Amino acid sequence: MNTSIVSEQQHRRLHPHKFALWVAIASILMMFAGLTSAFIVKSNQSGWRTFVLPNIFWVSTVLILTSSLTMLMAIRAFKNRALQQYRRILGVTFLLGVAFVICQVIGFEQLWNNNVQFKGASGAGQFFYAIAGLHAVHVIGGIIALLVIFLKSITGKTKSYDAVPVEVMGMYWHFVDLLWLYLMIFFMILG
Amino acid sequence: MSDTLHIQHEVASHGHSGEPHVHHQKETFVSKYIFSMDHKMIAKQFLVTGIIWAIIGGLFSVLFRLQLGFPDQSFPILETFFGRWAEGGKIKPEFYYALTTMHGTVLIFFVLTAGLSGTFANLLIPLQVGARDMASPFMNMLSFWLFFAASIVMLSSLFTQTGPAAGGWTVYPPLSALGLASQGSKSGMDLWIIAMTLFVASQLLGGLNYISTILNMRTKGMSMTRMPLTIWAILFTAILGVLSFPVLLSGLVLLMFDRHLGTSFYLSDIFVAGQALPNEGGSAILYQHLFWFLGHPEVYIIILPTMGLASEILAINSRKPVFGYMAMIASLMAICVLAFLVWAHHMFVTGLNPFLGSVFVLLTLLIAIPSAIKVFNWITTIWRGNIRFTPAMLFAIGFVSIFISGGLTGIWLGNSTIDVHLHDTMFVIAHFHIVMGVSAFFGMFAGIYHWFPKLFGRYMNNTLGYIHFWVTLACAYLIFWPMHYQGMAGMPRRYLDKSSWVSFSQFHSLDAMITIATIIAFSVQLMFVFNYFYSMYKGRRVRSQNPWGATTLEWTTPIHPGHGNWEGEIPEVHRWAYDYGKDGRDFIPQTEPVGENESTH
Repeated sequence: MNTSIVSEQQHRRLHPHKFALWVAIASILMMFAGLTSAFIVKSNQSGWRTFVLPNIFWVSTVLILTSSLTMLMAIRAFKNRALQQYRRILGVTFLLGVAFVICQVIGFEQLWNNNVQFKGASGAGQFFYAIAGLHAVHVIGGIIALLVIFLKSITGKTKSYDAVPVEVMGMYWHFVDLLWLYLMIFFMILG
Repeated sequence: MSDTLHIQHEVASHGHSGEPHVHHQKETFVSKYIFSMDHKMIAKQFLVTGIIWAIIGGLFSVLFRLQLGFPDQSFPILETFFGRWAEGGKIKPEFYYALTTMHGTVLIFFVLTAGLSGTFANLLIPLQVGARDMASPFMNMLSFWLFFAASIVMLSSLFTQTGPAAGGWTVYPPLSALGLASQGSKSGMDLWIIAMTLFVASQLLGGLNYISTILNMRTKGMSMTRMPLTIWAILFTAILGVLSFPVLLSGLVLLMFDRHLGTSFYLSDIFVAGQALPNEGGSAILYQHLFWFLGHPEVYIIILPTMGLASEILAINSRKPVFGYMAMIASLMAICVLAFLVWAHHMFVTGLNPFLGSVFVLLTLLIAIPSAIKVFNWITTIWRGNIRFTPAMLFAIGFVSIFISGGLTGIWLGNSTIDVHLHDTMFVIAHFHIVMGVSAFFGMFAGIYHWFPKLFGRYMNNTLGYIHFWVTLACAYLIFWPMHYQGMAGMPRRYLDKSSWVSFSQFHSLDAMITIATIIAFSVQLMFVFNYFYSMYKGRRVRSQNPWGATTLEWTTPIHPGHGNWEGEIPEVHRWAYDYGKDGRDFIPQTEPVGENESTH
């Protein structure tokens, strides 16, 4: 469908939408790099308070890792033109994404009840809320995009075999997955 | 024409693959002028919004300059404009802070970032690389409308009960984090943060598009080293923006947490009106690091596009190839990399480790090298050229001159030992207004005068253009040159009333002179705005496709290009963009194949 903006010669190159996503990923990474380096700078100062990561975050880690796997399977199904299977697995990915966000919220609540709160002294917990919260916002963005392409695959009046939108979706989904993995390891070691 | 439709179709409906694109979309007023996806219209939208903001931001400086120049007088006009903020015709100190904050925010972000990059990136990228439109015209439209939303929010903050943000354009905590601390830190500050968040989103969408269009959608034969320098400059600008704005956003998110959720990222051991706040362990310096990690690249985001515009205009109007094309690219790249490594030179007096400081001094002074290479190349480009002194050319030469004047004081400030003395004085004001404010405006004016024929199919009035140039140049020096002396004498910036210092009373008449020059400069800018809008409708018509005799692709489009830019095929490119005065010919367009007997360059 993109024949109009992508000339023959450009087909061999990276698709512009994928390229744009790579740049966007770099941009989002800079934000989290800014936040985590702020964390490192602050953690060397006096009055720093650490916290213990509730175990539910392991559950959410497993959930989002699994969802990356199902996303891979969904893309493969799409390329094999197994539309039924594609829809089903995409739906599973969507549900896993929602479950991830729910687990994060439960984790935040447990942490809050462990007296890691906003008020008063600065510490790792406050950074965790801000950083993991921002990550969750990015996951929610991905969930909305998943919902859109899921609904499109059900209600779409025309069949499209162009894999680019699905692949772009997959790239973003793997990105938020890997980003969470990075954050999880970061907070495990330094939190 | 059918290609035009393809583009709109591509955006409007994903998933209609393989269908013949036949349905003709009728352009309505809304789709053509308001929610337009045509990059040329979006460029015009950015430019006009930028002009409106420039008038507002400039007017603020004129009004507070009135007070600074004539501290004993009262001006009824101030009360007319500001009501209770200037009772009896005198600006209240709190409101003076608000005015300078908004002057800085508006001009740096809304005019010289969005207005400048937004205009010329949108206009020139597809036209000069040979693309029908941006990689994603929809995201491009979204970029403008997010900017517009940011504008509305920022504008609305001017009308709140407690006034707009007033902590300086850098909004340092703790002042900006505590609503208790000042009037300007209440709702005005929240609106500032919301507006800037929208603004960052707009910049990211725009930047993404600029980068992917430049790298992916060049026409056949347009290799990277055949691109005009404008496009190179815009590419590096976009990279800077995409990598640095998110860091500002992260700083602002933490600031929002501190403001409303009681966290202590930036706050520690604070007493407001004798009351101790519960915040502990925060560090205000942390914010400065996050802010200046954007803040410093931001000044290059402002100046790089104008470097590109000036390079192009200087070459065209000297009828000579740009001198040192590869060196120009390399120096842009060097500036782009160094831009990320010098942010702490804004923080020499924050108690920064002196050893760390010396590293930042070294990196800062290194920027002088690529800057000097560029200046040298601009001068050698016009050296013995067949110079055509169009208003655009004058502004481009003026840009180089002003950039040198302002750049030299940068060497002073980049040295931490001198900076300790000059920090937070009028010297800093003079330095960055000249090197970043005035010279960026000169580059922008050069671009507007030069590409106005492409934007509207008409010329701007030359006589008004010459008056605009000479008066602006004279006033720029009259305003900012004396500020260097004030700064060296120790006169602090951001102070409304300096009457308690006897030593500064010698500057009274100088301040009055600066204010008068400011008023003249501002009225000449209004004349430019008049020229712009008048010429849009009544200017001399462009009769030929290539009025300046330029080599680049934008002048191969029709005088009034439609959406899609070229009727028929996109032209193929065979040579670089600077074949002027070659083999006895005045210029050779990029679209002309290299002849057999042609000399190499």
